[in-house]
Amino acid sequence: MSDPVPFRPFAAGTQPPLDASGYGSTRIRHPGRAPHRLPHTVTETTGPAFSPAHFPEMADLTRLGRGAPLGERIIVAGQVLDEDGRPVPHTMIEIWQANAAGRYDHPADTHDAPADPNFHGEGRVFTDAEGRYRFLTIKPGAYPWRNHTNAWRPVHIHLSLFGTGFAQRLVTQMYFPGDPLLELDPIYHAIEDAGARERLVSRFDLGITQPEFALGYRFDITLRGRGATPFEADAEEEAH
Amino acid sequence: MPAATASQTIGPYWHLVEHPEWADLTRFGAEGERITVTGRIIDGVGAPVTDACVEIWQASPPADARFPGFGRAGTDAEGRFRFTTLKPGPVPGRGNAQQAPHLAVTILARGLMTGLRTRIYFADDPLNEMDPLLSSLADPAERATLIARAEGPGSWRLDMVLQGEGETVFLEV
Ligand SMILES: [Fe+2]
Repeated sequence: MSDPVPFRPFAAGTQPPLDASGYGSTRIRHPGRAPHRLPHTVTETTGPAFSPAHFPEMADLTRLGRGAPLGERIIVAGQVLDEDGRPVPHTMIEIWQANAAGRYDHPADTHDAPADPNFHGEGRVFTDAEGRYRFLTIKPGAYPWRNHTNAWRPVHIHLSLFGTGFAQRLVTQMYFPGDPLLELDPIYHAIEDAGARERLVSRFDLGITQPEFALGYRFDITLRGRGATPFEADAEEEAH
Repeated sequence: MPAATASQTIGPYWHLVEHPEWADLTRFGAEGERITVTGRIIDGVGAPVTDACVEIWQASPPADARFPGFGRAGTDAEGRFRFTTLKPGPVPGRGNAQQAPHLAVTILARGLMTGLRTRIYFADDPLNEMDPLLSSLADPAERATLIARAEGPGSWRLDMVLQGEGETVFLEV
């Protein structure tokens, strides 16, 4: 039996380190030892195939209460591709976020901002055959956290993706253009590569914007590609 | 094409774990040898990690409409997670190697910028001796951080230490 095609290693600087000194909660949670490198097997190259039958879509986060939530309605849309530009079709995206006042509908959130009985802040969508997704929500608010004095998280929406293999699993945050808090945020700045950071910032998109209804933001997501990089393939060739 | 999108922490207030039934991989009617897998997540000062999201994936038995192969559990006030699933069988490794039965694990939490990857193997499985990952770990104490102990019939336990003494072997996948 031939070996499964592995996912490529991440490009240097494009993923945050576990020991992110500006983010205090990493201090007693990041492993002290370097991870043990594991060549990919079927365990890493395959993954769950979620279906809307078992995991129903929740593409309209504004319709999950009795009435309309407070805040600015927004549409978020984009495409999920791999590093080779191939669409990732029919893959599940999980979404969660704070309400317009910057408070999560979660018992542990004690931020003194109003709860909104009409907004829970959880969504779930599947990409189409071309890897495209779309959901309707309200723009979340910024919220304070205790990382340092006067620390505030930039406005963000949390996203979780699975891709086609468990090694492609991605949990990330989508930010908004022009947010002055981005420059001050140690979670965003834990990513060394400026281009990789900026790709976490969605773009205002007039094409996604729906007249008289909601502004649109585009957020494209790239999952790891499969197979060796050209450089690695050369090295392997030489080794033979 | 750009490089893969960067990871960001799952943070403290996620809704992902509001579906406790996801911790039972047999809930869609899967048939087979049912097991429970529990453990505690411990941080670098020996305190329980009470806000972790623990995910498992298993390539065996093969996922189908009645068995998702994937489970998710939040940790409780003692840092404990608990899954009900089907006992995995051996799966092919690279080349002609055979891998011992195992679960792939991802730990996501506040303070983790990316998910931590590890595996759960099962004590006393004769294939453990030949498993490529286990046998690549020279130190038996390191190997032991990946091997669940039986607590009773069909009941397995493995604690995971994020940092410091007894630190779990985490994997670069
Ligand atoms: Fe958040």
